[in-house]
Amino acid sequence: MKPRAQMRMLSDGRRLHLHDGPIDLIVECFGVAGEIQSAYDAACARFVSILDELCAELKALRQQCHPDSDWPEGSTARRMFAAVLPFAGEYFITPMAAVAGAVAEDILATMTDAAHLSRAYVNDGGDIAIHLSEGEKFVVGMVERPNRPSLFGTLTISSDHLSRGIATSGWRGRSFSLGIADAVTVLADRAAVADAAATIIADAVDLPEHPAIVRAPACELAPDSDLGDRLVTQAVGALTQHEIEAAIQSGVRTAERLLRIGLIRACALNLCGETRLVGVADDKSISSAMHERSLVHA
Amino acid sequence: MTDDDPIRCDACPVLCYIKPGRTGSCDRYGNRDGKLVRLDPHVMLDRAVERGGSVVPFLERSGDWDGTLASHGETFVTAIGAGTTYPDYKPAPFIISSQVQGVDMVTVVTEGIFSYCGVKVKIDTDRHLGDECSTVRADGEAIGHVTTSEYGSQMLSLGGVRHLTGGSRHEGTATCAALLNLCNGKAVELEIDKGATVVVQAGKPPVVDGVQEERMRVGCGSAAIGMFAKQWFGKVDDVVVVDDHITGVLSEHQAGKLLGIPETGIKLKGRRSTPGRYFQVAEPGTSWGGTNIDDPLSILGKFNAKKAWPGLRLLMVSTTGEHHAYFELDKDLRPREKELPAALKESVARVKENCEPAMCTVLFMGGAGGSLRAGVTENPVRLTYSVRDAFTRVTCGGAPVYVWPGGGITFMVDVTRMPQNAFGYVPTPALVAPIEFTLKLSDYAALGGYVDQVRPLDSISSSKGNKRRVSAHGDNPWPLASEAKSK
Repeated sequence: MKPRAQMRMLSDGRRLHLHDGPIDLIVECFGVAGEIQSAYDAACARFVSILDELCAELKALRQQCHPDSDWPEGSTARRMFAAVLPFAGEYFITPMAAVAGAVAEDILATMTDAAHLSRAYVNDGGDIAIHLSEGEKFVVGMVERPNRPSLFGTLTISSDHLSRGIATSGWRGRSFSLGIADAVTVLADRAAVADAAATIIADAVDLPEHPAIVRAPACELAPDSDLGDRLVTQAVGALTQHEIEAAIQSGVRTAERLLRIGLIRACALNLCGETRLVGVADDKSISSAMHERSLVHA
Repeated sequence: MTDDDPIRCDACPVLCYIKPGRTGSCDRYGNRDGKLVRLDPHVMLDRAVERGGSVVPFLERSGDWDGTLASHGETFVTAIGAGTTYPDYKPAPFIISSQVQGVDMVTVVTEGIFSYCGVKVKIDTDRHLGDECSTVRADGEAIGHVTTSEYGSQMLSLGGVRHLTGGSRHEGTATCAALLNLCNGKAVELEIDKGATVVVQAGKPPVVDGVQEERMRVGCGSAAIGMFAKQWFGKVDDVVVVDDHITGVLSEHQAGKLLGIPETGIKLKGRRSTPGRYFQVAEPGTSWGGTNIDDPLSILGKFNAKKAWPGLRLLMVSTTGEHHAYFELDKDLRPREKELPAALKESVARVKENCEPAMCTVLFMGGAGGSLRAGVTENPVRLTYSVRDAFTRVTCGGAPVYVWPGGGITFMVDVTRMPQNAFGYVPTPALVAPIEFTLKLSDYAALGGYVDQVRPLDSISSSKGNKRRVSAHGDNPWPLASEAKSK
């Protein structure tokens, strides 16, 4: 039988594209040619079974995580669970909040175990796991809205910085959000943790009960959503500058708390064109190259 | 099962339950009216059913048939619904190959987001719509301006990056909405500062200040004299063809002189250009010949008593034949209106008959810049060179385009030759338009194309999901026809 997963090199001959169901990864490794090939071979070998493993435990992974919940079985599922566990006491969160970051992390770990690489990244729809050897760095662009081509800032992560995970969450993205942030981008030590934290912070950027915000129970939109009947954001109408400020500030407070306990390293919050940075001033390795967005024209 | 029931997607083991109008967790499959569908319908132009005069939705056919046609190069995939990719270094959503006359042809199909775009509108009318450079408004916002008058028509230039992104938010939104509607063949009401209100719809007659324009002028007043002088000869002593631009007078005109028509002592207001040709006989307007006059005699001075004679027969007619009046001079050499003699009725009807139906033409104009080209090839400038050297054919929804010489790929296309609703928009605001590049596979490889992304047409034809088959537009050359050069 033909495998369901698609695995192929992109036309640039450098990047590997892995696709299966809702998982879509762009992978790139840097280093000696033979090592890169070994890494890609290992990534493909791991990738073929990853979606089936997750789906086998999908029901449990969609349940709210409590500090005393049972751990799942699969390696990716365990990464998801480990990532959301620190949030479980205080927030509503399910392991699914970390699925994209955990998949990226799992594939990256498979590659770095199999080969010696100077740099590597696995980009799972914007949730990115990175590997940096001594003296190396990555520059990452941040996008406010998935349907718009503009970057609202760039991040430079160098090897002396501890972050190895980048994740972005917001109501305009593929997953439902309880908040109204256009985008919350988080740097954390691991991609799965960044993914979970971005979800929590994006949920916190909110104006509860505001009439210009259209919400609907998640289960009415997607019957099997892990968010059940919680209200998820469907549209955000016109907000005053004051309201935008208040909503961002609410997210900033959550981000600062997560920063203090070491769960995240830095965070950029974006709402209606306004951007706030948390943790960037302390961290010289992250550039604060936030600039006016420039359109990419056809 | 009711309409609101979710369906279960079996495309992958996640097995999403998808509610009507929603997509699964992959964003690729959705529930449309209870049916599992791949998103983004593709519009396929079908050469097999052409000469229909216009583009119509095509009936479903069997899968076998699709394949047969595809392998004969009879199906062309347009970019409508292809989606766009960002960032732009990702290959365009669909790169299709099909065999045409034994040569592998590649069509790169994408939908571009055009911030640099607009429409050029040609309105067939003699009426004065507004001064050159006057602002054209839609929804109260400035969306463009009046540009040159052309032969029997008035040109408008609408949109462009300055109105889309350079003004207020509302100006951009109003511009985008007007362009979108014009390009998709819908009627749009435009107001011209200190001018007319005109309803423009591609392929339809313009409606100026509530009156539908019927006919396009046969020519300017002077040209009309030249065209009909022989038919008037002997039936009337003088003819004035009233025109806001160039009013013609038969007895003074070269055409009249050649026929030996004597001087009549007629005197016109306005500025004489050359014999029998007058500029500015009145103010511009929406009446006789695009002037503001309702009484044609108001453009005449007193007849010269040394040359005119009682009983002199004078016909005055507008450039479209829509307005006409017949006079004879009384004993004091004053024109008196009389019923048009039967012999002249025919010539007035002839003027009308020679006027084509008035129409609005809408050409979309856009520029495919660096980032869109990057979706086609890793070496974007080579695509430009290839288009310029005619190795690559550019089409827009399957319709032929005119590519401007010079840098970049700036093109114009007649929106009535494109499938219906070919245009979309993004709230940036900018228009989304289909664009296809067709070239030989070998040439595609040579210019750094994404050869590994090329999919055979059969895989599009037979793939699950939504395609809209439309018949080819009768007037369009087939996009894959062999007139493109080969290296």
